[in-house]
Amino acid sequence: MSGDQFPLWAAIAVSVLLVAGSLLTLAGCIGMVRFRSFYQRIHAPTIGTSFGTIFILAGSVVYFTVTQLRPAVHEVLIFVFVSVTTPVTLMLLARAALYRDRIERDPDVPPSKDPLDNAEMEASKQAPRRPAVKEA
Amino acid sequence: MSQIILFWSVLACEAILALAMACAAYRLARGPRAQDRVLSLDAFYVSGMLLLVTFGIRTGTTLYFEAALIIGTLGFVSTLALAKFLMRGEVIE
Repeated sequence: MSGDQFPLWAAIAVSVLLVAGSLLTLAGCIGMVRFRSFYQRIHAPTIGTSFGTIFILAGSVVYFTVTQLRPAVHEVLIFVFVSVTTPVTLMLLARAALYRDRIERDPDVPPSKDPLDNAEMEASKQAPRRPAVKEA
Repeated sequence: MSQIILFWSVLACEAILALAMACAAYRLARGPRAQDRVLSLDAFYVSGMLLLVTFGIRTGTTLYFEAALIIGTLGFVSTLALAKFLMRGEVIE
């Protein structure tokens, strides 16, 4: 917070962007706590990685552009990185969770259409069934 | 006037992000399964990265930006490695 010459419109813009972004991130994390199954839960934090990140980084761009008196766009680097990597990690995580649920023959998960997968699941039939997880 | 607005909004933003990290930590501790913990660790990393960006706005230096970039990179790599581990039982085959 350097100097008293920070203009009011920029302060209001930065405030609105920061609070909106953090509220969206909080909404995503609350959704991750409250949803019932893992496949619902995996959708929730992505609101923080998409629009929460966009709003907070936009507030940072506005703040540093006004204080440094030149365009500050280095936050775009974080945005590009997060928006590229989040789908990769979450799709891999969802595939891993699906694989684990099929191995354990969870009745809520539909069987695979790939015969190779089904052969692997048949081979795992000897494995003991996992006890039911009671937490919702 | 604008300093007061900025101070309180950055403080509110940090408090809300800390609450989001607390929600992620609750899910991290509660589970119930390993994939839930990995997912909440990813959300925890993203919230911490955004918290560092707001620290950068509070202090007015771009030093925290680099820390946020490193946190984002480490979060990506760790989540990827943990998802690979859940799938196959080992990270590098």
